[in-house]
Amino acid sequence: MKRSDLTGVGLFVLAAAAILLLPRFVSDFRAQQFAYVGIYFIALLGLNVLTGYTGLISLGHGAFMAIGGYTTAILVSDQGLKLGSHTFSADVKDIWTIPLAGLVAGLIGFAFGFPALRLTGLYLALATFAIAVAMPGLLKYDRFEQFTGGGGGINLFESDARTRPLETTDPITFETVAEPIRFLGVEISSFNEWLYYLSWALALVMLAIAWFLLRGRTGRSFRAIRDSELAAASSGVNLATYKTLAFGISAFYAGVAGSLLAIATTFVNPDTYPITLSIFLLVGVVVGGLGSLWPLVFGAIFIQFLPLWAQEVSKAQGAPAVVYGVILILVMIMLPGGAAGLIRRLHSLTSRGYHRGR
Amino acid sequence: MALLELRDVAARYGPVRALDGVSLAVDQGQIVAVLGANGAGKTTTLRSISGTVRRSGQLLFDGKPLGRRGPEAIARLGVAHVPEGRGTFAELSVEENLRLGAYVRRGGSIDGDVARVSEYFPWIGSRLGQHAGTLSGGEQQMLALARALMSHPRMLLLDEPSLGLAPLVTREIFRIVSELNEKEGLTVLVVEQNAAIALEVASYAYVLEVGKVAVSGPSAELARNETVRKSYLGY
Amino acid sequence: MAEFFQQVVAGLATGSIFAALALALVLIHRATGVINFAQGEMAMFTTYIAWTLIENHGVNEWLAFGLTLVIAFGLGLGLQRVVIRPIERAPLLTTVIVTIGLVLIFNGLASLIWSAEVRAFPSPFPNDTWEIGGVAISQQDVGTFLTVLVLVALLWAFFQFTKVGLALRASALNPDASRLVGVRVGWMLAIGWGLAAMLGAAAGMLTAPTVFLDPNMMQAVLIYAFAAAVLGGIDSPFGAVAGGLMLGVGLNLIGTYIDFVGAGLRLPVALLIILVVLLVKPSGLFGKPITRRV
Repeated sequence: MKRSDLTGVGLFVLAAAAILLLPRFVSDFRAQQFAYVGIYFIALLGLNVLTGYTGLISLGHGAFMAIGGYTTAILVSDQGLKLGSHTFSADVKDIWTIPLAGLVAGLIGFAFGFPALRLTGLYLALATFAIAVAMPGLLKYDRFEQFTGGGGGINLFESDARTRPLETTDPITFETVAEPIRFLGVEISSFNEWLYYLSWALALVMLAIAWFLLRGRTGRSFRAIRDSELAAASSGVNLATYKTLAFGISAFYAGVAGSLLAIATTFVNPDTYPITLSIFLLVGVVVGGLGSLWPLVFGAIFIQFLPLWAQEVSKAQGAPAVVYGVILILVMIMLPGGAAGLIRRLHSLTSRGYHRGR
Repeated sequence: MALLELRDVAARYGPVRALDGVSLAVDQGQIVAVLGANGAGKTTTLRSISGTVRRSGQLLFDGKPLGRRGPEAIARLGVAHVPEGRGTFAELSVEENLRLGAYVRRGGSIDGDVARVSEYFPWIGSRLGQHAGTLSGGEQQMLALARALMSHPRMLLLDEPSLGLAPLVTREIFRIVSELNEKEGLTVLVVEQNAAIALEVASYAYVLEVGKVAVSGPSAELARNETVRKSYLGY
Repeated sequence: MAEFFQQVVAGLATGSIFAALALALVLIHRATGVINFAQGEMAMFTTYIAWTLIENHGVNEWLAFGLTLVIAFGLGLGLQRVVIRPIERAPLLTTVIVTIGLVLIFNGLASLIWSAEVRAFPSPFPNDTWEIGGVAISQQDVGTFLTVLVLVALLWAFFQFTKVGLALRASALNPDASRLVGVRVGWMLAIGWGLAAMLGAAAGMLTAPTVFLDPNMMQAVLIYAFAAAVLGGIDSPFGAVAGGLMLGVGLNLIGTYIDFVGAGLRLPVALLIILVVLLVKPSGLFGKPITRRV
């Protein structure tokens, strides 16, 4: 392994430790908010694979999150899945649905990659935009109601799940015991803390996966496509394979994030995944830095906390939106490369022995 | 006094130094050629003058420094740059291309100017409505030249007029340039790879190599000098 | 039969609004490659300004219309100079995100300044109908259609016959060559934004009488405008107008004659159109096929 890789791993471990310890220092409510940061981080990682690394703009990743969220909801809820006159009550333990939700979303994303091959740049952006706008309507559509629960959506758990003291479920017997969960010696005493650890454990795992995936041939192929499709194709990069793969991977990540979101909010309905979600995901990727990995956490922090901070500035109707918009524009003007760009600039300023090129 | 003077001009594309201290001068009414191999910096020289690329060093037009002016401002000073690849507006008509050439002029009759350039390029008069993109390579080059003339420029920068053109067409274009210079006193700085034909038309030439002036002198001398021809001009 | 004509006329009216906004989108896209997601919100905001002129300052409706167009032009021009120009060299996505920021700002500002309550907007056209051969044609619809037609025609004349119009076209086609002939391309782009904002203001002021004025009124219209632009060809001004009219008439007729497409499904149908066109012929009906330069 290269020396820079070792540094990376070291920093990763440090970050993991910091994340592990954070809930002890912040309130329960904050822990929930940071859990959301983790969820968005996962979605941003996925979107970045598609947009930052492969250069395919998607304004519709909220739709993939919806797919993941609804998959989990259908599997977890007591309502069960109604097919025809039969009701399948799955009542699956929630966290086991997460990879499944990701997989479903990933497969659909992969399938979407095929028609998307014909679209470039702006046209792809518009197509994904159209899908994301249509999604809430599709979820409300009465013919799908048996799956989606129509306008009312699906409740995952009984409504007091978030305040109930946690139970542990034996993974084999599925017996529930009222005993708080212990993880690495840390006792998790609330739903929010549990959510936090779940989200961040997944986030770190998926960050690592993305890092491995992107440093090898796959990553190089993605970047080649981004820089010049024609050159990539003439160099032997199979455009179809890699573009659909990029879609599949990014959709998988979004599906996982959507699933986590469903668990976090304990319900899904057509309005939990609106077009604004897709737009803010794109904002998050650009603010974090296209083509970067861990700096995307800044993008996630941005999209989670800025709306709240904007409200602190003024609660007058419309004012938070103005504050958010102004800050967003200022960030874009000052840091067109996002947080990653800033980090790179700081890096080159502090590195000595770097010959002054400019 | 020279109409155009470059003193120690340098220009870069990122880390690549395209011009590394070029000095040259063009007198009023002269045709000067800039020669050299690919990548020697010929096009960059013209771009430095027209303000299309950022450069350092002194550039004096009519004795006054060009400063940090951009291409629009330099065009207004009376410098017409016909770039590599002609720069014609393919989707616009011949007439619209010509009108754009006259953009910087206030007052004066554009139709009169169109008539004027049609004297040098007779075919233009009958093809005003044609889409510029459907013209042949030679016609596009002539259109680009005609467009430059519309602004009554004090100086013409011509970048590789022979590029992609058949020898006969190239001859015709250089003949017209020569005629413009004789009849109207148009000052021309022409960049060319085809050194032979450039030296026939120009009175003075500079040979660039790796961003610097390697050799310069009256064209007749350079054309006669076997060493210069073989080492720098390729013939 | 009578209903058919009524629906066509009504469709032409809504279609002309789509056309105006689509044309605005195409103008900016042709010149800069950017999709201005804020076009709808800017239109809404300038419509509020018109409302203020009429209600709070007693300005005559047509005068307010004209004044608002001028104000919108200034707004678009100013925005380009202040907000868009600094990020000219940044990747395209940066500008897209900035337009998203503008959406938030304009929407928020409208709520902040005028509150989010729904308001009536006066129409310069009488709320009457004409009886032609047994068909009741709404004067409002005809007025809307004619207004947009006149605006588009004036714009076309401006582009075709004036020096600045020619410079604008040239800047969009080949900015580098334009600079060499002395065109201040930067200002041309600003003018482009101004003209687009003007078109948006017209679209907004013609929409408001029917849907009522509120900060979110243009959001659906924007999506229809996207559909129209994609249908007609995102780089074709003619396509934008034709696409808008076709979309307006088409949606009306589909809604009337095909049963399960109720009012609620108009938007999804438009979205479906976007998707189908993009998959079958991305350059739209009137756009040039996309060629990739090697």
